[in-house]
Amino acid sequence: MKRPLLAALLVLLTTLSAWAQSTPMQDILQEHSDLIVQSSRKTIEPAIRGVAASGLPQAQEVMRAWQTKKMWIRTSDGLFFRADKLDAKTYRLFDFDTGAVVGDSPKSDLKQIKPNSGIRAMIATALVQFQLMDPDPVLRTEALLAIERAPDGKLLEPLRASIDRERDMVLQARKIRIERLLTIAYDQDEPTRIAAINEVSGDLGLDVRATLNPLVTTKLTAFAGDIPDTVNVARVLEPGQDTLSSEAAYGVLVAQGMAPAQVTRDDMRLALLEHSDGTSVAGVPVAQLDADAARSRAYAALVDAGLAQPLVSDADVATSLAAHRFAEIYNEPSAAITTAAQDALDRITTRVAAGQTIDLTLDALSLASIYFLAAIGLAITFGVMGVINMAHGEFIMMGAYTGYVVQQMVPNHTVSILLAVPLAFAVTFVAGVAMERLVIRWLYNRPLETLLATFGISIALQQLAKNIFGTQARPLTAPGWLDGAWVLNDVVSISYIRIAIFVLALIFLGVFLFIMRRTRLGLETRAVTQNRSMAASMGINPERVNMLTFGLGSGIAGIAGVAIGLFAKVTSELGSDYIVQSFMTVVVGGVGNIWGTLAGATMIGFFQKGVEWLNPSNTLAAQTYMIVFIIIFIQFRPRGIIALKGRAAGD
Amino acid sequence: MSRLLEVSGVSVSFDGFKAINNLSFAIGDAEMRAIIGPNGAGKTTFMDIVTGKTRPDEGRVTWGERNISLLGMSEARIAREGVGRKFQKPTVFEDQTVKENLLMALQANRSPFAVMFYRASAQDLTRVDELAEEIGLSDALSRKSGELSHGQKQWLEIGMLLAQEPRLLLVDEPAAGMTPAEREHTTEILVEAAKTRAVVVVEHDMEFVRRLNCRVTVLHEGSVLAEGSLDHVTANQQVIDVYLGR
Amino acid sequence: MPNTFLTRTPSNVIFLIVLAVFALGVTVLAEGSGIGFISTSFVKTLGKTLCLALVAVAMDLVWGYTGILSLGHFAFFGLGGYMIGMWLMYARTHGIVVTSMAEAPIPPTESEIVDAIGNQIFGVVGSSEFPLVWAFSDSFAIQLILVVAVPGLLALVFGWLAFRSRVTGVYLSILTQAMTLALALYLFQNDSGLRGNNGLSGLQNLPGLDHVPQAQISIWFFWASAVALALGYLFAAWLVSGKFGSVMRGIRDNEARVRFLGYSVEGYKLFVFTATAMIAGVAGALYYPQAGIINPAEIAPIASIYLAVWVAIGGRGRLYGAAIGAVFVSLVSSWFTGGQAPDLNLGFYTLKWVDWWLIVLGFSFVLVTLFAPKGIGGLVDLWTYRKSPDRHGADLGPDAGALREQEASQ
Repeated sequence: MKRPLLAALLVLLTTLSAWAQSTPMQDILQEHSDLIVQSSRKTIEPAIRGVAASGLPQAQEVMRAWQTKKMWIRTSDGLFFRADKLDAKTYRLFDFDTGAVVGDSPKSDLKQIKPNSGIRAMIATALVQFQLMDPDPVLRTEALLAIERAPDGKLLEPLRASIDRERDMVLQARKIRIERLLTIAYDQDEPTRIAAINEVSGDLGLDVRATLNPLVTTKLTAFAGDIPDTVNVARVLEPGQDTLSSEAAYGVLVAQGMAPAQVTRDDMRLALLEHSDGTSVAGVPVAQLDADAARSRAYAALVDAGLAQPLVSDADVATSLAAHRFAEIYNEPSAAITTAAQDALDRITTRVAAGQTIDLTLDALSLASIYFLAAIGLAITFGVMGVINMAHGEFIMMGAYTGYVVQQMVPNHTVSILLAVPLAFAVTFVAGVAMERLVIRWLYNRPLETLLATFGISIALQQLAKNIFGTQARPLTAPGWLDGAWVLNDVVSISYIRIAIFVLALIFLGVFLFIMRRTRLGLETRAVTQNRSMAASMGINPERVNMLTFGLGSGIAGIAGVAIGLFAKVTSELGSDYIVQSFMTVVVGGVGNIWGTLAGATMIGFFQKGVEWLNPSNTLAAQTYMIVFIIIFIQFRPRGIIALKGRAAGD
Repeated sequence: MSRLLEVSGVSVSFDGFKAINNLSFAIGDAEMRAIIGPNGAGKTTFMDIVTGKTRPDEGRVTWGERNISLLGMSEARIAREGVGRKFQKPTVFEDQTVKENLLMALQANRSPFAVMFYRASAQDLTRVDELAEEIGLSDALSRKSGELSHGQKQWLEIGMLLAQEPRLLLVDEPAAGMTPAEREHTTEILVEAAKTRAVVVVEHDMEFVRRLNCRVTVLHEGSVLAEGSLDHVTANQQVIDVYLGR
Repeated sequence: MPNTFLTRTPSNVIFLIVLAVFALGVTVLAEGSGIGFISTSFVKTLGKTLCLALVAVAMDLVWGYTGILSLGHFAFFGLGGYMIGMWLMYARTHGIVVTSMAEAPIPPTESEIVDAIGNQIFGVVGSSEFPLVWAFSDSFAIQLILVVAVPGLLALVFGWLAFRSRVTGVYLSILTQAMTLALALYLFQNDSGLRGNNGLSGLQNLPGLDHVPQAQISIWFFWASAVALALGYLFAAWLVSGKFGSVMRGIRDNEARVRFLGYSVEGYKLFVFTATAMIAGVAGALYYPQAGIINPAEIAPIASIYLAVWVAIGGRGRLYGAAIGAVFVSLVSSWFTGGQAPDLNLGFYTLKWVDWWLIVLGFSFVLVTLFAPKGIGGLVDLWTYRKSPDRHGADLGPDAGALREQEASQ
């Protein structure tokens, strides 16, 4: 103590002579000089508290320097400075109290204070209280983030103090919320905590659940004799019941050292191995040990000879279990708090379930709109012409690749998507018309052969795409304004792309209805659908109608391809991933009716999401179950949800 | 004369359109009956109901001495009960020979396993020859039925019907597209058949109906308008109004 | 000459003779039994091709004769492979485990051996327990029965559901395709109990026959495949020759009419669907030991579609057409995609067959459908027509045409 005091005096003299000013911060540092230099996590606390609680404006600066290892001690007089490196040998020193340059010093005269990570964390915590009141809102936000990341009871008081002085309404609201959560976790006063718990009950935030959950965690514990009153019991368990098997209960006893471990088959084998002399174990020949009975006999002999642990019989287990009570014990000792927390969590769970239902519904809707988009073209060609187009999936793929190619040429994503949609329609329209003219029209009334011929086209197109674009996935990037998601709360959110696809599906529905009901093509198409030869005799050219319908169906597939490409990778197999689902949609919905397709897509979308929700880890299983469901569904409505009735339906 | 088929109070509608409206009809063993009526009167739908192709919305269809209901039976089951049907358009298996067509129709066990091990006996072959003789196709037994003329196909189908040995024959416009000579032959076959079983003929051609010389039932808008001898019904004013014209 | 179904249709006799000559020829030329002109791997390829011909014959029964375009028969084929594969894998691993554990200081108990086998087989999917479906995998006899029973049962249940509700035509095709997809997706899961996408492997090694060289085993399997094809072909030929064949073709051409004749169409369809699924299962059980590995990708819907392609190119509605189609297309495909075919230099572009073969196949398939619906088998008609020029009327089927050929040669 003597030397630093002396040094302090010396400094005091020198600085006084230079600026004639007081040096309160240096005084505090000098007071804890030993601790600071020692730099041990165990003892450092008074030093940090001393600086932090000094109430001096420069305290923050000191702690920052300390934290970032910029605090140095001058060996000659024991004074602390902030130091910046000038060159390898020389450092420039700054005074903590004034911030002014003290002068340059050779490195040999300086010693760096190197706080370890534990100390740095403590400093950081101490710093937060300053940041909370920092005039810079960015720093205040950072401080709040730091608290959220690593909540700490020590921050509760500074946080509370900072709330009243906060002028930014948004930040104030955040501070209040965090203060409530910290209160729940760390406040010493039980009624205050319960009040805070009640306040947040029903809040859907993940942070609320993260705060409440530790309060209600339990640990399965065994007690010799009766359960003491001092512990907070969640529930008492009876071994051998559904919730606690006898084995598990005995496992708890073993883990708590209250009973000997059971001898497993492996243990037995190892013991036999240990005491084997190569030909026999405890008088039993090794060759006989390939049966459990012989092994038990040999092991029993070892136990008798005191060479092995005795077996724990079922009766032993039962006795041990009978002598103990089992209960789940809350880690939190106060029953009032655990009750309140449990109630709050229950209320939150109810609301989360409601939220999840909404979220699931939104998910299912977006999946349904994807299926609808993929299937609508197919429904048109299948419904109007009775033609199964196995290459429909490849038209979807073509549309997606068109989008990709356009994006390679037009870098602006918004413009390129706006260009890609009509272009994709045009490309696949032409492809569809070409296919109808060259292949399909020769195969009318031979639906199975159409199916196979279009399949041939499908494999050829798929391989062609592979040859041109390669096997790796090509990106089709959505415009920036479609990035992100519409977040309602921590449970319900939906990405903008999915909303866009939903809107696109609605537009398609509208356009389709318009074409079918309000245009000449629609009228002729309906006429051909209902009675082909009659329509032909009325002057409608069925060939032309077929061609245009097929082109329209294919064109829509192209646009669907652009939409699907936005969220799925564009590969040559893109189409085949959707084709079976599209067929299912059409079949389930009922042929020849747009509302049927819509109903089919909705049903399949919801069903698939439902199964995924029941078994979220396994989307393959969801698809399997969906198909099995469809096969069974067909039993009851062979013609789909919305079926044509009567003689028009034909056989 | 016992009743073989009785249809009572049967109605059926397609998308709101009443194709059959409270129709009642009965026919006995070994009786010939002609059904006439304008297009859309429900003649074909009536046959669809009897043969199980269409399920009526209400009404009863009973069959045979034990009055069993035909409703709810599959088409194949009804056919095995003894209801044979000939379609408006001749439907024979064009890819197969006349003999194969007749053999397939021949009365025998229809279960897959019995059919798998079935080999035509001499008796069966004789019966096929007889039938071919009756329908005038003896020379064409080994020809593919697709090669036959329209009239020959009609006869082949009638031959197949006879091979089934049904107790009730439903024949839809058997004489359509036939030459006068062929019509005459068809009439003979049908009249001959009606001696041992019930035959219901749907026909537009009044001359043909007259030659059948049997009771006539007139259908209109899904129900029976008149029933009796041809002369009786053609004298009926209502029948003249809706069907025969002035 | 007795008038049996064989002699009435000489194409059957010719087919069987050709098959026998082919089998003998391969045996003489093969590495394992003859002069070594044909490599063991090519013997295996030929043996596999015969299995494909067998499943194609089954497909022809169900599609060419009965008119049900099933896109699920390769799934039955794969199931047969899985069933035999389970035994092969279990038995062989059993052998390996017993050998390796024989060195242990304490001999293993039965349950320890089973545990070790489980570890070996299911280690790749992070499990060591035997799933329920492996319950009989230690019994060769039961797994052999399952080779036909499992595909048969699946076909029976699926067919009963589908035919009962009168699903026909393209609807039925799509539904069978969905069934295939569902099965493939199910098998892709690790917890399906059949090792997920790893599938079953090492099937070419017959348990207890480690000392026999693969060259020898390949000949055995080749012969087994040839015998199975011959038997399957005989069964199919016998089935279609009689009244059952008439009913099948009747269902294909006009099922309503068959129904009004008193035949229960659903029953017949179900019978044909199930029986052919069993044949497909047998073909698969012979195929995969020659291939050595089976995984769910083999069952994907595309495989069943290829099966339809083979039958269509070979010629539907005639059994030898289906077999020829399968042999021709699968051999040519493996020649082109195996990299043996020379690249085609067009001056401005070098055509690599590995990349372009599928395109050629796809389009040639379209062309066959459009211009030669009878497929390769149609060539036979051209020839027999030339030999019996006095025939008139529409095209006759292979049977009647072949009969004329016989008359002409007398």
